[in-house]
Amino acid sequence: MPAPIDESQVRHIAHLARIKLTDAEVAAFGAQFANILKHFETLSEVNTDGVEPTAHPLPITNVLRDDEPVEPIGVEAALANAPARETPYFKVPKVLDQETA
Amino acid sequence: MQIKPIIGLEIHVQLATRTKMFCACPLEFAAEPNSRTCPVCLGMPGTLPVMNRTALEYSIKAGIALGGRIARFSKWDRKSYYYPDMPKNYQISQYDLPICSEGSFEIPKPDGSTRPVGIIRAHLEEDAGKNLHEGLDHTRVDLNRAGTPLLEIVTKPDIQDADEAYSFCVELQRLVQWLGISEANMQKGQMRFEPNVNVAITDGGVEYRTPISEVKNLNSFRSVRLAIAYEINRQVEAWKADHDYTLAKKGKMNFGWNDAKEATEFQRGKEESHDYRYFPDPDLVPVTVDDATLARLGAEVGELPLARQRRFIDTYGMTAKDCEVILADRATSELYDDAIAQVADAKLLTKQFVGIWNHLASARQSTIAGLGVPQVSVVELAKIVADGTISASAAMQVAEKLCEKGGSALEIAQSAGLIQERDESAMQAWIDQAFTENPQAVADALSDNPKKSKAAPGFLRGQVMKISQGKADPKLTGELIEKKILSLKC
Repeated sequence: MPAPIDESQVRHIAHLARIKLTDAEVAAFGAQFANILKHFETLSEVNTDGVEPTAHPLPITNVLRDDEPVEPIGVEAALANAPARETPYFKVPKVLDQETA
Repeated sequence: MQIKPIIGLEIHVQLATRTKMFCACPLEFAAEPNSRTCPVCLGMPGTLPVMNRTALEYSIKAGIALGGRIARFSKWDRKSYYYPDMPKNYQISQYDLPICSEGSFEIPKPDGSTRPVGIIRAHLEEDAGKNLHEGLDHTRVDLNRAGTPLLEIVTKPDIQDADEAYSFCVELQRLVQWLGISEANMQKGQMRFEPNVNVAITDGGVEYRTPISEVKNLNSFRSVRLAIAYEINRQVEAWKADHDYTLAKKGKMNFGWNDAKEATEFQRGKEESHDYRYFPDPDLVPVTVDDATLARLGAEVGELPLARQRRFIDTYGMTAKDCEVILADRATSELYDDAIAQVADAKLLTKQFVGIWNHLASARQSTIAGLGVPQVSVVELAKIVADGTISASAAMQVAEKLCEKGGSALEIAQSAGLIQERDESAMQAWIDQAFTENPQAVADALSDNPKKSKAAPGFLRGQVMKISQGKADPKLTGELIEKKILSLKC
């Protein structure tokens, strides 16, 4: 059995995804995470000794394109779906450089 | 107390492709914000990235030049983090199967020798966009840069001090420009550096290691050197004040660089470090590299700059200063290398490259090869100076004309009246005139004072050159002057 998911782990995952959760959601997702992990626990029972890890389910490699430019869609189209804009920029709440990766 | 710095570098090099890594948006510096975007690099749902072949080949070339093992099978992974400049909320990168691993790169030492620095890996990834918030209460996002192909090169912590890190960065810039895989222009942010620095301190037989500092996003060679020197000093002082200031107790830390203060600034410690949750990107199929591709790209890489420099020094007797000019770029070094086969006198050709051609190139803000003077003309100019057809000083005028409108060096010299006079009767007239006009020099030449009699012929020769407006063949002039002095002595 996988280790149970505690609240702090749910909150950590939510923080990484920048999602705010209510206490009720934390409890609900915690239970769902546990179910997902249980499913993988079942998968891990399969003996995979000597089996190459799968990088991609399709037996295809080297899908490459030539380095030829195509006309971009333009600023107006790029910003069309943005919740907020300051043309030609997207506008978002203030973020600090210190948070960059 | 003994102090040994431990320094590794992470370097991002922007590849000089025309388009982005996974979409066909053109790459263009300083274009109107968000005007070089499409649904793929905007991170729209339902879009499919397709790998740029040229970016892949450039990264393989870099890997070969860095002496690394090229992965015959590699794949793409998603590195997840949430930040507005990365609209997909993940960056496509290579996690466990980088395109290149286990390399070694030779860097020059001040004494003329070289030293290898180990390369852990070099992998491809896409760049993020830009967040701008200076003086604003919100953030503006420009995604033109999002999806730009980057090669991330990670060295082993082999680098011994700030100066060595500096020369590594300089040599790497020369390499990627040489290979034509990156412009590596610092002002455009096409090369960015992140040194990892800590210090092994041995005190009373015990070794302490200070916490590793990663200094983020340096964009000049100068700041790399300063930041590393600053960190070494800061860490040693911090350890002296508190012997618990160790890697084991404090872990790894991130620092920024304040260029105005010339100081690093703490950003975050390890407890806040990111959890990137890498996993294979299902949208992109793996990449394999076959023998033929590897052989073709290896041939294009060819001789590396440092090896060519060594050969030029050994074979052509170049100095370090000559090398700076002639090996400044690949095309110029190849122009020289091809021309030398037809010009017997390497010293003369080197002199013309460093003196004449470099002078003309600098004036035109070009490289020597970029002047567009064909190899045949470069050879011809060296030949007509070598055989005395024109003087070394006249060569500059001919070279200038070759740059401006091309043509034959000999014809240019003829029409400009630069052909050296070797007709003895014409020369004799100039010499006679020089002797008539300079009786004191003639007297000196004939005197018993060895100092004077030695200096006078050279002076007379200078006068002949003046009278002939540089047309007199200097060697022949010298001989004829000696002859005349001798005849006067009798």
